[in-house]
Amino acid sequence: MQADKGGVPAIELVDVTRRFVSPTGKNLTALRDFDMSVAQGEFAAVVGPTGCGKSTTLNLVTGLARPTSGEVRLMGAPVSGIDPRVGFVFQKDALFPWKNVIDNVMAGPLFRGKSTAEAERLAKDWLTRVGLSKFLHHSPHQLSGGMRKRVSLAQTFVNEPEILLMDEPFSALDVQTRTVMHEELLNLWSERQASVVFVTHDLEEAVALADKVYVLTAGPATVKSVYKIDLPRPRVVSEIRYDPAFVKYCRTIWDDLREEVETSYRRANEAA
Amino acid sequence: MVEAVLQSNPEYQKALADQEIEARAQRAIRKRRLAVRGWQIGIFVAIFGLWELGADTGWIDPFFYASPSAVIERLVDWAQNGTTEGSLWFNLWVTMEEALIGFVIGSITGVIVGIALGRNPMLSDILSVYIKAFNSIPRVVLAPIFIMILGLGLASKVALAFIMVFFVVFANAFQGVREADRDLIANAKILGASDWQVTRSVIVPSAMSWIFASLHISFGFAIIGAIVGEFVGARFGIGQLISIAKGTFDSAGMFAAIILVMVITLFAEWIMTLIENRLAKWRPQQSIDVQ
Repeated sequence: MQADKGGVPAIELVDVTRRFVSPTGKNLTALRDFDMSVAQGEFAAVVGPTGCGKSTTLNLVTGLARPTSGEVRLMGAPVSGIDPRVGFVFQKDALFPWKNVIDNVMAGPLFRGKSTAEAERLAKDWLTRVGLSKFLHHSPHQLSGGMRKRVSLAQTFVNEPEILLMDEPFSALDVQTRTVMHEELLNLWSERQASVVFVTHDLEEAVALADKVYVLTAGPATVKSVYKIDLPRPRVVSEIRYDPAFVKYCRTIWDDLREEVETSYRRANEAA
Repeated sequence: MVEAVLQSNPEYQKALADQEIEARAQRAIRKRRLAVRGWQIGIFVAIFGLWELGADTGWIDPFFYASPSAVIERLVDWAQNGTTEGSLWFNLWVTMEEALIGFVIGSITGVIVGIALGRNPMLSDILSVYIKAFNSIPRVVLAPIFIMILGLGLASKVALAFIMVFFVVFANAFQGVREADRDLIANAKILGASDWQVTRSVIVPSAMSWIFASLHISFGFAIIGAIVGEFVGARFGIGQLISIAKGTFDSAGMFAAIILVMVITLFAEWIMTLIENRLAKWRPQQSIDVQ
């Protein structure tokens, strides 16, 4: 259903290298010769060992960071600065603690010059969709972790992003809440048809959600292999884990990923 | 057997009903509050009682140390008959005016400059050495210069109060900007905020608690600035009253002026707390753990 619409890829990283230079002049390579292509409406997941440079990939797509060499393209055009078509869901929730729920969701439309009335209408609409219409005037600190995540999703989706980037968005949630959030995300996504890059260290999460899973090497990260996940949609995340095909994907990809995890673990031990 | 053990243990209690737990907690809170208040009053009475007693019996010399009753007498006298420099209220107002103007201008410029430099690393790197150097001057030594340049009137005291307030507020605003959460800034930018919108809707609110912490102490600094200015040279004001009292060996007058200043500063502090509580409603309230 979410097949390639045949046009230009929504997101493309072509031969991208990203180095950081520390203030003392030490060179650290986060990404090396990195190639990635996500079609319009496609859901791509990125898995890799901790600290390998997964988040750097996302920062390059948002335009918050620039590649040292190579090119990042959105809908065929090179990225220059922050692109308004991009939405980003952070690992820890990045809600504004001094704003209540509805003001948090209204922030995006207001920043983009919509009228207060219009912003409020959109925000209420999205908060209803994520099931928080009764919590409009609560402060973020009064909500549970799962509810805060829903507000974050509403805050991102209210801008109707064509490109949705998610940086381990559900890693801080408990397992039950996470499964519920997976379902909600897939529902929102299938309505919107956005192109998604979902970074995670949880392989099962990646297989359950994505059309395509990128496995990265231990840092400096480069693409080790790409797996196409041919599980039928719509998927029921809470049940898909018992599907033999799902289990098989997980096992195959894990065999591939394990080597990298072990390398990264060994290096961390050597450094310590 | 387990039951027997539990029953024989006098510490063991059955689970209490909610109401009973709440009632006990309420009682405990009240008891604690009473104890704190009791001690506070006790210490107050002890200190001033001993002072009065000491002055009356001659343990301490009332010529140098006055006595609470003499201080109160002096305050009443000032309030009813005015001071040597005119009405008490006028002198009080003069000091307040100097402190308030210096405080308002100093904190506004402190916030603006702090945020501007905090948002502009290049400028702050360039200016940091000058700020550090200037900051190392004890502010009160500027009083004679200000009085020489600006005269004995309002302007020189305002300038001193301003300088005292400015650096405190500036340093806090600057630090507050630096401590603003990077994810929140990135989030605002991706949601579509311009630089100015990031400053207004992310940087300023997150620096707010730092700024308020500095406003609390800096009103005290504004008063110090005004009074030190008056010490060095003035026609009216509380500092001038203290200075005259010193010149005539009037210790009761000095203590009376000190108490006036204390009351004013406490009052200002209280107002500041009210404002802060209104602005910072989003912060989580701590629940009290009652044993």
